[in-house]
Formats: sequence, structure tokens, C-alpha cells
Amino acid sequence: MIALIDYGAGNLTSVRKALSAVDADVHIPHDPSELEQASAVIVPGVGNFLATSALAADWRESILEVVGRGSPLLGICLGLQWLFEGSTEAPGCQGLSLMSGDCDRLEGGADLKIPHVGWNSLHFPRQSRLFEGIEEGSQVYFTHSYAAPITGDATAITTHGRPFASGVERGQVFGVQFHPEKSGDVGLRVLRNFVNAL
Amino acid sequence: MLSKRIIACLDVRNGQVVKGVHFEGLRNAGDPAELAERYNEEGIDEVVILDVTATLEGRRALADTVATVARRIFIPLTVGGGIRSEADAAAAVDAGADKVSLNTAALVDPGLITTLAARYGSQAVIVAIDAKWVDGRAMVYVRSGSSATPREAVEWAREATSRGAGEILLTSIDRDGTRTGFDCRLTAAVSTAVPIPVIASGGAGTLDHFSDVFLDGKADAALAASIFHFSEHSVRDLKEVLRSRGIPVRL
Repeated sequence: MIALIDYGAGNLTSVRKALSAVDADVHIPHDPSELEQASAVIVPGVGNFLATSALAADWRESILEVVGRGSPLLGICLGLQWLFEGSTEAPGCQGLSLMSGDCDRLEGGADLKIPHVGWNSLHFPRQSRLFEGIEEGSQVYFTHSYAAPITGDATAITTHGRPFASGVERGQVFGVQFHPEKSGDVGLRVLRNFVNAL
Repeated sequence: MLSKRIIACLDVRNGQVVKGVHFEGLRNAGDPAELAERYNEEGIDEVVILDVTATLEGRRALADTVATVARRIFIPLTVGGGIRSEADAAAAVDAGADKVSLNTAALVDPGLITTLAARYGSQAVIVAIDAKWVDGRAMVYVRSGSSATPREAVEWAREATSRGAGEILLTSIDRDGTRTGFDCRLTAAVSTAVPIPVIASGGAGTLDHFSDVFLDGKADAALAASIFHFSEHSVRDLKEVLRSRGIPVRL
């Protein structure tokens, strides 16, 4: 059973539907103690980094426990950013620090709009489980203004003004900056790859 | 590189897709879920469902239509038309919409933009602006293009952005349904005035019109209905033409 975390930012309908389409067994827990039974956790999300602070300390601890026992964690969009130490969007608001570095705002400019909204391509610096079977240059759907730094954990890189980590992977911790639930067949393949990693 | 988006608009009335000229004289174009699936297979980047129903029964039927479409396609889905309150927006989102498009209601109560942006995030809030040239000024019209307002399109787009809109859907009333091309002057004026993406709408008749609105109109996305509904051109044909002209698209 995959626990889909609801912290009140946006809606989970799309993620839930896409997970059903890849035959995943999904549950939305109402209490952190329910994570004890979870085989994996997905933290979806849109909006401000500050929204993650709605997840109280007991939720964070429970999610870290899931990671500690080796079960997979997938962060989507804001959920990927939350895997890092923090974000300049909400200074003082702690991330999970499962990956090092801070998220920072993308810089706009002439013909370069922020937020970064739409379909953009993925480039893979190395092989990874999440992007298995997905062609270099495949396009996926993004909508965000802040982005994660490229470190050794980056498994996909996308450029909008500057290159940023559109996919990350470290052990059983995964993250995607784009929305796999809104990225057509490529997105469904990413979710299927995650489900297969269980 | 970020692709220019092609968006199919389904004007839905009583569960069926219709499309008119100048917002009037509707004719039937088919089942919304079937059309959405066909466009998805052809590579459409997003789908907008615009409710052109005025009745309560039609409103309820719309939720079913949205839910059916959202179960079948996994690309962004926007719902617009008749969203007047936070409750209307919540109903659309619960049915499966990723974004809602506000038009008249945003002008009447601009605070609704901020309320929805706080609840769902700016990426979920599109402000639709219907504009028409009057004495050399692009003026905003409401109620399906029937009522004039004292607002100018550029100025309203800026305010909508500052209030939390994530995208602007800009429709030229002068061009809507005419197939004489997008209004590139109007689109460029708004697109260069705001930092958020602008979706151009109204007037698509040929494949050239799309490259014009991306190159001259500075549009981030282009929306069309009838050019796709009646299968004159597939989405794929359109994207191949755009790519051959150096415009980045998802193929």
C-alpha cells in the first residue's frame, strides 16, 4: 500500500487517478501512525514551500521512519524540493534534508517566463530506475518557479534559463520536479517504474 | 527548451461539444471524452472544457463530463465557464480539473483570484480575458463577450497577475470563430506586459496562424476548437509544421 500524503495544498485527485491507472494500491492516511503499514510514500504537491510546514513534526518523523526502513519515497514537484535542506522561497522552513543543497528561484528574462509552465525535455546524466525505458529528450509537464540544484543525486536535468534537477534519486528516495500524473504516457511510465521499485 | 503548447478547447453544452461563430449559432461537434482522447493520441498538450450551459442540469452534467475526461487522459485539464465562486471552483477541481478558468467572476470579485490561488496554488488559476479593439484600445468584455467594461486588457492582465493568476487565457472577440488568424497585436501586447504565460485564443483557421501567434504574438500557448473538431488538420500535422519553422513543440 502506497501512502499518498495530503498536506492541504492543492488536490490529490490527479495523482490518485494516475496511480490507479498503473494499478497501484493507494491510501491517503489521516494520521502519521498509519504510515507504519505503508510500503511506500508519495509526497505530491504544488504551491509554496511554506505549505510543507503544514506537515507537523510527527508526520516528518513518520515519513523519515519509512525511509529509514528502506521503503521508497517519491516527492513530486514541491515534494521533490522538500527532499532538500530548504528553499529560498521560505527561509527558515526546513526540508527533509535527505539530499543536500537548497532550492532556489528560476530567473526569468526576455522570452523566459516564470513560472515555468508547460512541456519541457528530460536529459539523463546517468541511468536510474525511475527513468528506465524513457527516451532521452522525452517531454513532461512542469509548473513551478523554484527548482532544486544539480548534485550527484540528479538523474534528470531540464533547462529553463538555467539547468536544474528535474529528477533525483538516492537509495530508495526519489523525486521528480514535473508532474508525472499530467505528463501523458511518459509520466505514467515514471509512476509505473516507481511502483515496480517497491 | 520549453515547448509552445497547443491546447484544444471543448465548448460543452448539455454534455456535448458545440462550437459557434462569435459566441453564437452553436453546432454540434461530438462527445467530449471521445474528442479529448483523440486529441490526446494526436499529441495535444492540454485540454480546456468550457461550459457554455446556463442551466443547473447542464452544470451537473458538466461535472460528469469532466470526471469522464479526467479518467481517460493524463494531461492538464482546465475547466471554465460559469465559475463564480470558490464552491464552483472546488466542484470543478473535485471532478478532476487541474486548473480553473475565471472570467466574469474575476472582474466582479478580483479577490476570488487570490482566494483560489491560496487554496490550490497559482498554477491552478487561469484568468480568461475576452478583449475587443475599440477606438484603438483593447477593451475587456464580459458575459460571453456581450457586455463592455471600462477595463483595458493589458491593465487587467497585470492586475490579475498581481492577484495570483498563474496564466492568462486571452480571447479576441473580433477574431473568435472567424478563422482569419489570431490577433497577434493583442496577444503580444498582453504577453509582453505580464511575466506569466499567455494562451492566445480566437481566430485559428490555418496552420500558419499558429506560427504567427507564437512568433509575432509572443504567445506561450495557443488554443483552438473548430480547426481540430472537424478534422481539417490533426494536432500532429500542426506540430510538424511548427517544428519545421523552428518553434519548439512536443512531438
